[in-house]
Amino acid sequence: MTTKISIQQVHKYFRVKRNLGHLKETVQPISALQDINLEVKQGEFMVIVGPSGCGKSTLLDLLAGLSKPNRGQIRLDGNEIAGPNLDRGIVFQQYALFPWKTALANVEFGLEAKGVGRKERRASALEYIQLVGLAGFENRYPHELSGGMKQRVAIARSLAYDPEVLLMDEPFAALDAQTRETLQSELLRIWEATKKTIIFITHGIEEAVYLGQRVAVMTSRPGRIKQVIEVPFESRTSEDDLRSNPEFVKIRHQIWDLLKDEVQRAQEQEKSKTLHAGNLKSNAKGVAANG
Amino acid sequence: MANVNVSTGKLLTRYENNQSTSRERVDWLHWTITKLHHVFKNSIVIITFLALWEAAPRLGLVNETFFPPITEVAKAWWGLLLSGDFVDHTVTSLTRSIGGFTLAILVSIPLGLAIGWWKTAAEYLNPLLEVFRNTAALAILPVFILLLGLGETSKIAIVFYACVFPLLLNTISGVRNVDPLLIKSARSMGLSPISLFRKVIIPASVPTIFVGIRQAGASSILVLVAAEMVGAKSGLGYLIQYTQFSFQITEMYAGIISISVIGLIINYLLVQLEKRLTSWKQVYSE
Repeated sequence: MTTKISIQQVHKYFRVKRNLGHLKETVQPISALQDINLEVKQGEFMVIVGPSGCGKSTLLDLLAGLSKPNRGQIRLDGNEIAGPNLDRGIVFQQYALFPWKTALANVEFGLEAKGVGRKERRASALEYIQLVGLAGFENRYPHELSGGMKQRVAIARSLAYDPEVLLMDEPFAALDAQTRETLQSELLRIWEATKKTIIFITHGIEEAVYLGQRVAVMTSRPGRIKQVIEVPFESRTSEDDLRSNPEFVKIRHQIWDLLKDEVQRAQEQEKSKTLHAGNLKSNAKGVAANG
Repeated sequence: MANVNVSTGKLLTRYENNQSTSRERVDWLHWTITKLHHVFKNSIVIITFLALWEAAPRLGLVNETFFPPITEVAKAWWGLLLSGDFVDHTVTSLTRSIGGFTLAILVSIPLGLAIGWWKTAAEYLNPLLEVFRNTAALAILPVFILLLGLGETSKIAIVFYACVFPLLLNTISGVRNVDPLLIKSARSMGLSPISLFRKVIIPASVPTIFVGIRQAGASSILVLVAAEMVGAKSGLGYLIQYTQFSFQITEMYAGIISISVIGLIINYLLVQLEKRLTSWKQVYSE
């Protein structure tokens, strides 16, 4: 298999304005991603899992071309990613459907951007609506659809313009457990039908093991790739309860072990940040009272 | 045994059919009652109000000369309508108010879209716009009259002024408050800034722009009537002022009621237009 996406020594910093009470504003660079190296093969289902705030979404933005790495590069088919393009499709956690468009018109949106003719657009959109199992709901507006249905529309929209890579940013995190499981197996079915390369970001370990052929585990901030784990299941879409397979349980535990410390560290970071911010606030209050 | 079963089955279906027709009847009855209840809820207070208006002067609770019963007012209104005065004044007023309103829409919405899109412009202009918005239009009516005279121009200008700011500010905030995720999603599909603006920013800000349109619609009437009372030779505001001066109290009330009815109609039309343009929005049923 050929390499589809290659992430090479990518670093990303953010400049965060920090107002330290009565002191003057200082701009501190915060490292979000540090030396990320990852190769994703053609047609592979790659899952990236990490604690919250580890820069998973930053990495996805870089892959989408919505922002640029400060160092290193990301190549798609050997060419450096220059900006957003229809060769990559994104599915967001919050669906990002256009509320003034029907399900069908939402799916057509990307095709419109691609310059596909009206008739062809409609036919193609209908096809993808069918693929995600929403036939009969074409003319509903997003507010008339449930969360799971909205996410199906969003997936259809991203697939419709036929991107080479599908980037998914915790797409099922906002759904209830049952809908999530249904959509997970649906996604596997769609992946097998369309043979797309998928990069799927999640903080759910079970989701990661269930979906990914390989799972990249990230560290807490600054995000690095801690380890990439192979998940050697042949057919995921079989009827068996994969989740209770001993191999599955073993891999899940392995990832859990890798993540345990990271999650703890991430939580401590979060705590100290909040505490710090709180201190600043009370300081500022004190100053105000004195002044 | 089999026979018995069949007949029981038939009986059961017949029973079920009966059930369903009676349920339909109940549904229909229920629907009618809900409808009636709705009409009752909407009109009872108005009817009571009109009845009080009729009764109070007749019973001598208020002075009939200054507060004539509603039926007398209605008669006066009919008289005004027959004489053609009412139509003339209404047409004059509507021309002014719709003229100023339309001009304001033509200027404010494109300008607001541009300012909202261009962040720096919005940040610089916002304080000034807030000052203008909070300057009551009527307070600068004298300025308009000084500069533009007593003719139509000053009337249209004051309506225009009163409509521009709600429209402009709402359009700007509509553009600035488009869900960033929608913009991100559209950008990820490689949309150029111009198509992003046309296909995402504008449709997403329509609901907020409409808030401005309705505010402007309301103030276009309000300001106009006041302006006509101060310096005009025609229009509904002038009619009210004139009838009061010449002690035609019933005609004065007729004029007042006409204005509130026109206000209601304009608001209703704008609400209908809004519903049509934003039919995709969630409708909360009562």
